[in-house]
Amino acid sequence: MERRTLFAGWLLPAVLVAPQLAITVLFFLLPAWRAFGESVRATDAFGLNTSFVGLANFTELFQSSTYQAALVRTFVFCIAVTCLAMGFGLLLASFANRAIRGARVYRILLIWPYAIAPAIASVIFVFLLQPQIGLLTNLFGRFGLDFNYATHADQAFLLVIVIAAWKQVSYNFIFYLAGLQSVPRSVIEAATLDGARGFYRFRTMIFPLLAPTTFFLIIVNIVYAAFDTFALIFALTAGGPGTATETLVVKVYRDGILNLDIGGSAAQSIILMLIIIALTTIQFRYTGKRAG
Amino acid sequence: MNRKPDYLAHAVLLLGVVIFIFPLWVAFAGATQSAAAINRGDISLIPRLAGLKIFITAFGFGNAAKGGVPVWHMLLVSLGMALVIAIGKIVISALSAFAIAFFRFPFRMTAFWLIFITLMLPVEVRIIPTYAVMSDFHLINSFTGLTMPLIASATATLLFRQVFLAIPDELVEAAKLDGAGPMRFFFDILLPVSAPNLAALFVILFVYGWNQYLWPLLVATNGKLDPIVLGIVQMITTDQIPQWNLVMAATILAIIPPVLVVVAMQRWFIGGLTEVDK
Repeated sequence: MERRTLFAGWLLPAVLVAPQLAITVLFFLLPAWRAFGESVRATDAFGLNTSFVGLANFTELFQSSTYQAALVRTFVFCIAVTCLAMGFGLLLASFANRAIRGARVYRILLIWPYAIAPAIASVIFVFLLQPQIGLLTNLFGRFGLDFNYATHADQAFLLVIVIAAWKQVSYNFIFYLAGLQSVPRSVIEAATLDGARGFYRFRTMIFPLLAPTTFFLIIVNIVYAAFDTFALIFALTAGGPGTATETLVVKVYRDGILNLDIGGSAAQSIILMLIIIALTTIQFRYTGKRAG
Repeated sequence: MNRKPDYLAHAVLLLGVVIFIFPLWVAFAGATQSAAAINRGDISLIPRLAGLKIFITAFGFGNAAKGGVPVWHMLLVSLGMALVIAIGKIVISALSAFAIAFFRFPFRMTAFWLIFITLMLPVEVRIIPTYAVMSDFHLINSFTGLTMPLIASATATLLFRQVFLAIPDELVEAAKLDGAGPMRFFFDILLPVSAPNLAALFVILFVYGWNQYLWPLLVATNGKLDPIVLGIVQMITTDQIPQWNLVMAATILAIIPPVLVVVAMQRWFIGGLTEVDK
């Protein structure tokens, strides 16, 4: 879509886009270009000589079992977080959309976690589940469950999934509620008349109407789980114990900043860029009018 | 209509509310208790009234491992960062969207796609090279370095472009007939018409700026520019035994501003978020 009525001149618009373009080129394109350059080079053990190695960094990555494990781990993590966060978001939205008293209050009480920083969500859960002092840890202990996310790999992985989903439910709630509000009232009422049949009707009548929202949310949630959870995981476990919670993004940071493997980290960055380009393309192809 | 209350709906929604609030309540109640009691693993769900003054004490609390910069200072850095990022993003995105939607100039679509690409390059995927660029420009440990790279926004530009494209041609023609130049039109007509979108964007971007963690972790290395989110995480990871009551009080203080912004502006926010992201 384009406008018919326009203003004349090219100098003014050039000045207007300049700041945005300057920041984009300096802080987005230049680093991406450098990542590309570094990904095809290797530095010797003393950091003195750098040489062109072609795709060696990439082949090395895909042959490394730790990278393969991180890929699978990230995949499982994304699926789990997406299912949990979307499932609860839809459940809460479908009840919040009913004509009940206090619907507005419920709405506010269910959207505020949107504002919590992922890192802060982790800090709060650390306090709840800290191995020595946590309130819930002690409660679990009374039931004979030895909960210690700092030493048990599976518990740590489960915990980052739970926190990541906990933080993301609000987002899905907001979108599903907006989606439900555009479904005609009569359809909703017909579908919620009675209990067991109600669920069946919800599944067959309303859920299909929410398909565009659902599809859009799947992509957004995967992107969130894959990329926006760095702070959440890093604050909780820093990727540990061992590599139990090391997703791809955490691995880029650990390998690049902590282990100073510049070439390997840059190659990982390039792979992540390809993943996000693929996801964004799918999103715009199937849901977006955004790119116009 | 005399229908009995929808008990199931209330039960499910209440459960959801409790699941969200419970961790926060424990943090709040924990903040009011003595450090000794917490370290014994003796955390009560009932706040200690005498302990409420911890929320004042916490403002002066600092993390010794990072130079002891106090919490009030970190809160100010976060506030500055959130405001500069939110307002900066809105300003440069509105201007560039205006240029792209209302003018024809060479490389217009190139500019558009360059901006669009930033959507696919979050900091998380280009950590090392971005750090290298920042240090080349001597922007490490500067407020400019902390905020400026985060100001480019494909999302905001796309939203504004969409809003601007929906403005009826008649409105533009009328403005031109009245002799309004492009900037006059931008300030007097375009911005007021887009006010609800501006408000929604402000909420989203304020929260985004306030909640940054990875970027400050890279750029603020000497503690002077630590925003509160980074500062709190470092309190629990660098100290041997964290002073939990103070850390939890600081956590509550760090949560209040973005939550207030979301709740106070929720009307625009809900409508806007579903517009912005779609």
